Amino acid sequence: MSEQAMKLRGRVVVVLPDNVDTDVIYPGRYLNITDREKTAEHLFELAYPDLRAALQPGDIILGGKNFGCGSSREQATAAVKFSGVGAVVAKSFARIFYRNSINLGLPVVTAQAVEARAGDELEIDLLAGRIANLTTGAVFDAAPLDPRAVELLEAGGLIPYLKRKHSYSGS
Amino acid sequence: MGMTLAEKILARASGRATVTPDQVVVARVDLALSHENADLVRKSFKEIGVARVWDPDKIVIILDHRVPAESEKTATTHKAIREFVREQGIRNFYDVGRGGICHQVLAENGHVQPGMVVVGTDSHTTTHGAFGAFAAGIGATEMAGVWTEGELWFKTPATMRIEVDGEFAEWVSAKDLILYIIGQLGADGADYRAVEFDGPAIRRLSVASRMVLANLSMEMGAKVAFTPVEEIAPDPGAHYERVIRIDATREVAEPQIACPHAVDNVKPLSALGNVPVEQAVLGSCTNGRLEDFEIAARILAGCRVHQRTRLIVIPASQRIYLEAMRLGYIQTMVEAGAMVNPPGCGPCVGVHQGILAAGEACVSSTNRNFLGRMGSKDSRVYLASPAVVAASAVAGRIAHPAEVTA
Repeated sequence: MSEQAMKLRGRVVVVLPDNVDTDVIYPGRYLNITDREKTAEHLFELAYPDLRAALQPGDIILGGKNFGCGSSREQATAAVKFSGVGAVVAKSFARIFYRNSINLGLPVVTAQAVEARAGDELEIDLLAGRIANLTTGAVFDAAPLDPRAVELLEAGGLIPYLKRKHSYSGS
Repeated sequence: MGMTLAEKILARASGRATVTPDQVVVARVDLALSHENADLVRKSFKEIGVARVWDPDKIVIILDHRVPAESEKTATTHKAIREFVREQGIRNFYDVGRGGICHQVLAENGHVQPGMVVVGTDSHTTTHGAFGAFAAGIGATEMAGVWTEGELWFKTPATMRIEVDGEFAEWVSAKDLILYIIGQLGADGADYRAVEFDGPAIRRLSVASRMVLANLSMEMGAKVAFTPVEEIAPDPGAHYERVIRIDATREVAEPQIACPHAVDNVKPLSALGNVPVEQAVLGSCTNGRLEDFEIAARILAGCRVHQRTRLIVIPASQRIYLEAMRLGYIQTMVEAGAMVNPPGCGPCVGVHQGILAAGEACVSSTNRNFLGRMGSKDSRVYLASPAVVAASAVAGRIAHPAEVTA
């Protein structure tokens, strides 16, 4: 991801409540799917069955507190990313989901007070920690990303990052 | 300044004299645990493209989520893991019939030592804080990074201390205490935090009960959780972000139940009303150990499981299975009408034997009651202690053990 790409623009596809757990994001019954792209077929399948059809590439999910709590299943992150979601903005994230997202190259943005409704257009500056609601004109603070997270997102995730690192070192 | 347990262990593992909360450090990993998702890790590892894992002796792989394989898909996954384990010379591999639930097997085979940094591709890796390890769950791709480099970055967590005094009433256990705490603090009450449990009531608990506390701390978001060990202790004067004091006698006077569909939706049993259950589950990395079977067998002895209810019992490991047979617990429970599943995660994750239909309710000694966790999205899971699970199986509804043992 270039510096340019550290700015994102997208439509809020849904506003979700606090404590959206990993079973809601990606049901356990599909855990034996290990092909990352295929996980997208089951995103929010039990709790929000209509959401997947409404998703357009680059859409933003707006969550509440403790988004992604529960299991360490990486399929929850993969399902969000490979459904074409551009970013998840939430008041807070459960730590494993947060790390998984950075590692798979899915931008996750912590912001306390974003006011937006489904359909609003947001512009997110990941480095500056700023979210503008282009529909309402309001601007909100977000937590700037940790430099390590920026490095991983710029590389496209942990795998490309390590791939490059270890091919340079010749190991 | 003194350091908490989490700070002490991270300082040592990152080669520093001290660390403070929020400081990002790169820590050497002492032990890397995976289960079936080792297959996902393997795929990410192959994508990175290095030939060999950093240290095959520090990797432990234990099949537990779908054992024995319930489908051709799972059988293929298991086979791929076996081949990878052979290729990489990973000796600590526990196959079907050789182990059980990863956290129990890791503990009972002495893989975890105080002061270690343990990472696992399972959120309940926090369990190993009961042995004084800094033990945290991570995702599969992150684990591929650990397999490659043997180290991982951590943001040093602030520490929350929970001191528990008082006596547990009859039929009240560590499970009730931790459910009560999660109910008080909320599902994100310890998010990104280390938790240190201590106090007279904690120090009287068995190791198995301490594992329950560390295990379920994950359900309030904890990164790691500790119960006291002899070998390593927080420094005097360590800084705690928050200190919580609990009087078990007064505050946890009766069994606690986590109601659908959130682990922090906790009520005392007496506030529950009439909740008929079609299934009762005794098992999991939270409560599938010998002391759990002992109390369940005591309640079930001479009783019959209610005709409305199916009781499923799952030993956490082969070793517990054997010991529970030797002590007669299995015999007692089967005579009462329980069905025994093979050691593993069972229906807890909703992928293996004991799935719920729409409209069914289950009382379970497991660790999560999320929507659709154990099957249909129209089923309900109530989390409870092993004693309440056994009593409820007899009563056919969620019941206090005193009701069926009187």
